[in-house]
Amino acid sequence: MIRGLPVLVVMTCLAGAAAADTWVPVPFIPKGKGEACVRDVAFMRTQHMELLVHQRDATVHRGVRPKDSRLPACLECHAVAGKAGKPVTYKDPKHFCRSCHDYASVKIDCFSCHNSVPDPSEVAHQ
Amino acid sequence: MSGCEKAPGCDTGGSSRRSFMAGLIGAGVLSVAPGVTLYRFAEAKEAGGAVTSAVRWGMLIDTTKCETGCTDCITACNDEHGLTSKGRPRTDAQWIRKIDARDKKTGKQWSLPMMCQHCAEPPCVDVCPTGASFKRADGIVLVDKHICIGCRYCMMACPYKARSFIHEDLENQKSYSPRGKGVVEGCTLCVHRVDAGRRPACVDACRAAGHNAMMFGDINDPDSEISKRLSHFPATAIRADLGLDPGVRYQGI
Repeated sequence: MIRGLPVLVVMTCLAGAAAADTWVPVPFIPKGKGEACVRDVAFMRTQHMELLVHQRDATVHRGVRPKDSRLPACLECHAVAGKAGKPVTYKDPKHFCRSCHDYASVKIDCFSCHNSVPDPSEVAHQ
Repeated sequence: MSGCEKAPGCDTGGSSRRSFMAGLIGAGVLSVAPGVTLYRFAEAKEAGGAVTSAVRWGMLIDTTKCETGCTDCITACNDEHGLTSKGRPRTDAQWIRKIDARDKKTGKQWSLPMMCQHCAEPPCVDVCPTGASFKRADGIVLVDKHICIGCRYCMMACPYKARSFIHEDLENQKSYSPRGKGVVEGCTLCVHRVDAGRRPACVDACRAAGHNAMMFGDINDPDSEISKRLSHFPATAIRADLGLDPGVRYQGI
């Protein structure tokens, strides 16, 4: 009986946790600028990586450069202000991409080459 | 001959071929009957469309106007692409080098910028094991850094020493010129500018300095300024003996 008690306590706790929604940690996703994203939320949640990979091949190999579905355009809307109002880089856990990827334990290496904050010199090239 | 069969943008057959064909913007598609489709390819790059082989970008460098000691093209290139020194000149990225040569018998001196020559038959593309080194339809030779594994075969194959390997972590890259550790890179002929209808940064800098030693244009178009000059004045391909047909030509050497 005593040996079985801890198991019972743990099971009770789990049942309680499942009942209360707030017990489940959820990622904090910072809100982006503008009214709407380039695609709807459901698509972006599950398939944004396909959009990025497709765009990467189209741009690098075929020179197709649309205005909206580009990584720098994503960063323009989804930049998160840190200290002194400057956008935080991917090194900061508050970075838009990290807010979800950290939660999902997904490690991306996009930002080892790409800048993770909006680039002011970008404007000169538009 | 090319590493095209491994690159995602290339026509390889199978489902990737179908998606590539469907994704081609600027290609007219006409369905004649069920199962029968005609493809009509556009002649040149339309706004937002894909590049085509109708154009071939090239450069003509007049060495008689290129001043010894002037490094405006290199500075412009470094600024444009965010190439900064790590204090180790042997491994710092360098997309343009200034070469000074002297004829021992006559004493005649030359100064010229040397960068990726954007060959029609690029040896870097031949040797690349992953298809990362590739030639765009409009003749610009690039590295797809998403695919590059950093083996550096291309650096060994290039007779112009045009490519650099990045040894250290980089930060604050330009959004239009992503660069990072562990991959090879080289002159892109300022592909982001070319796609926007502008000249490469080095050419603009040379013009701004009043030297006008560098000219950029479409060498497939007989009416372009560069083609007219190539047809009127003798211009040399460096290491022409290799038969690589470089897109960068030199005048006065």
